[in-house]
Amino acid sequence: MQIPYTVTARPDTGLFNAKLGVWLFLASEVMLFGALFSSYVLLRVGAETWPHGYDILSVPIATVNTVILITSSVTMVMSWASLMMKDVSKYRLYMGLTILLGLAFLVIKGFEYNDKFAHGLYPSSSTFLAIYFTLTGLHGLHVLGGIIVNGYFWGPGLKMWQTEPERFTNRIEIAGLYWHFVDLVWIFLFPVLYLL
Amino acid sequence: MSDSHSVDIKKHVRVYIIVFVALGVLTAVTVLVSYLHLSVAGAVTLALIIATVKASLVACYFMHLISEKKLIYWVLSLTAVFFLALLILFLGAYHDQLGLFENIFG
Repeated sequence: MQIPYTVTARPDTGLFNAKLGVWLFLASEVMLFGALFSSYVLLRVGAETWPHGYDILSVPIATVNTVILITSSVTMVMSWASLMMKDVSKYRLYMGLTILLGLAFLVIKGFEYNDKFAHGLYPSSSTFLAIYFTLTGLHGLHVLGGIIVNGYFWGPGLKMWQTEPERFTNRIEIAGLYWHFVDLVWIFLFPVLYLL
Repeated sequence: MSDSHSVDIKKHVRVYIIVFVALGVLTAVTVLVSYLHLSVAGAVTLALIIATVKASLVACYFMHLISEKKLIYWVLSLTAVFFLALLILFLGAYHDQLGLFENIFG
C-alpha cells in the first residue's frame, strides 16, 4: 500500500501527513510531561520544606549536559539543512554528531545517577528525589528513543535517500522535531530541578 | 533544487548559529542567577522566564514554528489550554482543601 502525502502537502491541512502526525504525538508528550510537571508543582507547594536542587545535585554536571543537548539540537537541524543542500556526507557527519552528543548526555546522566546511588540517595529517599528520578528518567528514555531512531536514519534508513530523497529529508525534519522537543523539555527540567 | 533555495537554506544556517549562541548565553545567565540566591518567588519567576525564552527560540527556529501552517498552531494552542488546565485543576483542588477559596465563594 502506498502511504499518501509523504512528500506533497495534503490540500486540506497544508502539511505532509507525517509532520501533522508528529506534532499530534508531541502534543500528547506535552500532556505526559505536563502531568508530571503538575505533580512536581503540587508536591512542592504541599511540602513543608523543599530542598534546593543545588544542595543535592551537581549544577556544573547538569550545565555541561544542557550545553551538550543544545549543541545536539543544532547538529540535528544542520543535518536536515545539509540534506536540503543535497550534501549527504555532511548529513552523515551532523547526524553522527547528534547521536554521539545524545550518547554523551546519557553517559553523564548515568554517572550522575550512580553518584547518587553511591551516596545512598534513591527515589525512595525523599519526595524531591522521587520526582527528580521520575522526570529525568522519563526524559532519559526519550533521549534513548531519539538516539535509536536517529541511529536508524544514520545507518540502514539512509538507503531511502537513493530512491526518495524528498521523503527522506522530510523524515529527518520530523525526527528533528522530536529531538528538539526532548531538548525543550530539558530546558525546563534543568532550572526546575537543579537551580530552584 | 534551485539556487535561490540553497541561498535560503544558507540564511537558515546563519540563524541556527545565532540561536545556538543565544541559547548558550541564556544557559550561562540562568546558572549565574542561581548563585545570587534570590527569594524563592524571584528565583522561580526569573528561571521560568529565561527557560521560556530559550524554549521559544528552539520552537520558533529549530522547529520552524515561526513559519508553520495554521493547523499546527491550532493543535498547539489546544495543547497549551489543556496543559494549563492540568496545572490549575490540581492547584485549585489543593487550595480548596486548605479552605483558601472560602472567602471568595462564601
